[in-house]
Amino acid sequence: MKLKLLKALTVAAVAAASTVTSTLATAQEQFIPILSYRVGLYAAGGSGFFGGAIDYFNLVNANGGINGVKISWEECETEYNASRGVECYERLKKKNGGASLVEPLGTGIAYGVLDRLPVDKIPMTTMGYGRSDAANGQVFPYVFPLITSYWNQAAGMIKHLGDKAGGLDKLKGKKIVHLYHDSAFGKEPFPVLEALEKSLGYQLIKIPVAHPGTEQNSQWLQIRQANPDYVILWGWGVMNAVAIKTAARNGFPREKMLGVWWAGSEEDTIPAGDAAKGYTTMTFNTPGNYPVIDEIRKKVYGAGKGNLADKDRIGSVYHMRGITAAMLWIEGIRNAQNKYGKGKVMTGEQIRWGLENINVDEKRQRELGAFNMFPTIKTSCQDHEGSGAVKVQVWDGKAWKAVTPNWIQGDRAMVQKMVAESSAKYAAEKKITPACLPG
Amino acid sequence: MQFFFEVLIAGLLSGVMYALVALGFVLIFKASGVFNFAQGAMVFFAALTAVGLKEEFNLSLWVAIPLTMVVMIVLGFAIERIVLRPLVNQHDITLFMATIGLTFFLEGLVQLIWGSTVRKLDLGIPDVPIEVVMSKTGMLVSQFDVIAAGICAVMVALLAILFNKTKIGRALRAVADDHQAALSVGIPLQHVWGIVWAVAGIVALVAGLLWGSRNGVQFALTFVALKALPVLIIGGFTSVPGAIVGGLIIGASEKLAEVFIGPYVGGGIEGWFPYVLALLFLLVRPEGLFGEKIIRRI
Amino acid sequence: MIYREAGQFKTTYLNDSQIFPIAQDRYAVAALLIVAFIAIPLFASQYFFSAILIPFLIFSLAALGLNILTGYAGQISLGTAAFMAVGAFASYNFMLRVPGMPILVAFILGGICAAMVGILFGLPSLRIRGFYLAASTLATQFFVVWCLTKVPWFTNYSSSGVITAQQINILGIPFDTPGEKYVLVLIIVSVMALLAKNMVRSNVGRSWMAVRDMDVAAEVIGFRIVRTKLIAFAVSSFYCGIAGALFAFCYLGTVEPEAYNLDLSFRILFMVIIGGLGSILGSFLGAGFIVLLPTVLSVIVHYTGLPNSVTSNLELMVFGALIIFFLIVEPHGLARLWQIAKEKLRLWPFPH
Repeated sequence: MKLKLLKALTVAAVAAASTVTSTLATAQEQFIPILSYRVGLYAAGGSGFFGGAIDYFNLVNANGGINGVKISWEECETEYNASRGVECYERLKKKNGGASLVEPLGTGIAYGVLDRLPVDKIPMTTMGYGRSDAANGQVFPYVFPLITSYWNQAAGMIKHLGDKAGGLDKLKGKKIVHLYHDSAFGKEPFPVLEALEKSLGYQLIKIPVAHPGTEQNSQWLQIRQANPDYVILWGWGVMNAVAIKTAARNGFPREKMLGVWWAGSEEDTIPAGDAAKGYTTMTFNTPGNYPVIDEIRKKVYGAGKGNLADKDRIGSVYHMRGITAAMLWIEGIRNAQNKYGKGKVMTGEQIRWGLENINVDEKRQRELGAFNMFPTIKTSCQDHEGSGAVKVQVWDGKAWKAVTPNWIQGDRAMVQKMVAESSAKYAAEKKITPACLPG
Repeated sequence: MQFFFEVLIAGLLSGVMYALVALGFVLIFKASGVFNFAQGAMVFFAALTAVGLKEEFNLSLWVAIPLTMVVMIVLGFAIERIVLRPLVNQHDITLFMATIGLTFFLEGLVQLIWGSTVRKLDLGIPDVPIEVVMSKTGMLVSQFDVIAAGICAVMVALLAILFNKTKIGRALRAVADDHQAALSVGIPLQHVWGIVWAVAGIVALVAGLLWGSRNGVQFALTFVALKALPVLIIGGFTSVPGAIVGGLIIGASEKLAEVFIGPYVGGGIEGWFPYVLALLFLLVRPEGLFGEKIIRRI
Repeated sequence: MIYREAGQFKTTYLNDSQIFPIAQDRYAVAALLIVAFIAIPLFASQYFFSAILIPFLIFSLAALGLNILTGYAGQISLGTAAFMAVGAFASYNFMLRVPGMPILVAFILGGICAAMVGILFGLPSLRIRGFYLAASTLATQFFVVWCLTKVPWFTNYSSSGVITAQQINILGIPFDTPGEKYVLVLIIVSVMALLAKNMVRSNVGRSWMAVRDMDVAAEVIGFRIVRTKLIAFAVSSFYCGIAGALFAFCYLGTVEPEAYNLDLSFRILFMVIIGGLGSILGSFLGAGFIVLLPTVLSVIVHYTGLPNSVTSNLELMVFGALIIFFLIVEPHGLARLWQIAKEKLRLWPFPH
């Protein structure tokens, strides 16, 4: 008898008691709005990611906050819907002394608030999605596609496939299928894949899957007909599990499939069952266990404050991604405090500077209890991304395992050139003069 | 040519899966004239309840399924009592709207009870190509799809028996033909509607189990309803055999179109192609292939 | 007593054909406009403008468009968002490609493009009726969004397929802040609502209603069905197109074609049905209800202190249950409730 509802209701009583105490002391708290989605098509990913972020907040608070400043937050359900997301943003941006930063984890909402950010002076992180050209902080001062963008990821994918084939030059004449979600998201890597197609000489076959992708027989028949060397799976949600299963029924080896990081979580492989064994995807977290996750287990879940209803999901891909995001936000706030005054509540503008000057090297990762959990990151005004490195992981039937021991980097110079061109076009359209904001 | 047949067969088998969902729509529309938008939500509700019962209470699937069946029957009668009875004789679109409200309610309820994580459902039917066919012709035909088609055939046969050979079936047909006349000869309309919704619930369960074991039990199951709509348009809203024929037509043609026309226009046409095809069908036969011809008088 | 038309005599034909024949209505509308144009811009907060009022007005306009088609002309459509998308992307391209294009003209041209698409997809309605038509309008929905995703020209070859709406500048006056955008949207919506109100009581509107009530009969007494239905599709799509353009330019700013998805179409259909089919006022009431309800619900459930995984689902359930509840209580929508209230006020305080 472990009904989720009953469990949730018992947790509720605790939560109700704690909200009363937290509202009493909002003066010295750093407020972070959480635009989460826990219902709808992508609920599984949303609850894992935002659960991870909140778990990390609880851990930071349990350890005394950021130089004594506790974090407070409020959730607002966006249903992954742009207008609901905008409403949430508008509702929470001024609350409790003002929002520190936002992370909508959804392209539509991110676009919806994009133009509002510079006006409200609130930074937004888009970790692993959104506009790739937002890495240029001179044109997008308030947007931070932290760690890596889609473009760098696509370049990293080709690099990995090249390594697999025994060198990038060996890709010449190979066939690579790009099986993508037929939307802005799926089309985002086109420029990179096409540019590399020209320089490396592989043959790129693009096959779209109509939303939501519950049926992919025709796509996989096409793939079987083309008989490619590799398939890049650029999907999200139900589309991934269906792709893996349909690959299995068409006898396509899963080892030759390489998924985007939105296709690389437990939620994508578990429903596919045994068919998913050997399936590889990109990731920016090394799967495994880390001191910080143990600490969350002990201090947060041990105290009954854990956000995930199902404890088995602690340390799962989305959960770890949420922890990583929260960790980088807190680093940003800490940076800002170092510059503008320790133990004070920071404004969005100050945190923007903090996020622009993140420097998490291996030493800092060890201090955070997250050594090698994500690549080292160093942001600057020119580079809001800070890394560009990715890893490849494989599903062994039970859990994700890292394939590549080192972080891999694609053709960064090429991607940077594309970022510069694309952001310049945006700046011209919007009549923005690119410039670094002063600290 | 072999590839053509492979696509065709895959399409026909997918079509059967669409027809399975479409059947639920047909049952309800035929008996009560309600366009039940909640059918997709019912599919999700049934599948998640079955898997939830199985996983959370450590039941065998063969215990969980009958239990879910009971749940769906109760749900069917409850919907009739709470939602439909107060709305008797209202405009079609009002009833349609009510079923949309029902969709939200069911989606919220089922995720509240069982959580929103993606779950695996294993019916024990392997989803692999049939060896015999592969070695003889070189074509891949999924074993799962063939078995699913078999289950669908059994369902249609059972429904046909229910409709044509039983007393309840006669009442159902009477209500479908003419509400007023059925009432006046003493058929309890409300009761009949309850039964229809319960049967539609069981059809949803079967569809949910098959789709769920194919794609994983998750929210996206509600979207299979969108695949069923063009099937309905072609087959006619009121015809059980129409749903099957429509499913086959849609399944085959959408796959053929995607594979052979798709590459020339950028692909991804499966989303709208069935609807456009259905539209063209309607221009010739405005009530679908097997739908009842509506004679309009002044 | 309060709402009494006794003693208001119409002495000229002009008087007799006023939009609001009853004095109280005129005062109420005037008061409402004064509040909307003067009081709200003075006192409302930024949140109120950008998260409530602007979407409310835009959705009202879209609902009005759909109401013309569904409520007045009797053709059910599930493709509203597609027409909005056409309006938005067309306006964007007119602004982008025609130098010096005034934004209002771009909106109108966007609306006209939507109207043309509307006529094209309205053609099947000449033969198909009821839910068959509703289901086949989904073809519009999926096809248009697919087209916008596939043809890079529409999004100015942006790699991710999103468009960024241009800044709004009318005769040298920039409309940047939420307050200013609100005023712009309000002006457009008021003018178009007034036009719609007039249209539905003109011969065009009457022909729509005749077709809605029984198209065969309408044809027999001499209405030209083809023209009537297609005009309904055109006008409705024009309204939706403008609403879509405003949605992109005054609300979201940067949009992808996916923003105009099936969900949005359904939401607008809810507004029309909850508000009341065949009522201009109903479109506004319905839009208000659907825009405000989730927000109000989420604020309420927030204070229950339940964890979010529970509240999000509860919100959804209550939303669904309330829709059913309202339909049971008043199947003809909120506009009908308002009418009943007026009847009551007419007799109050001396009901028979």
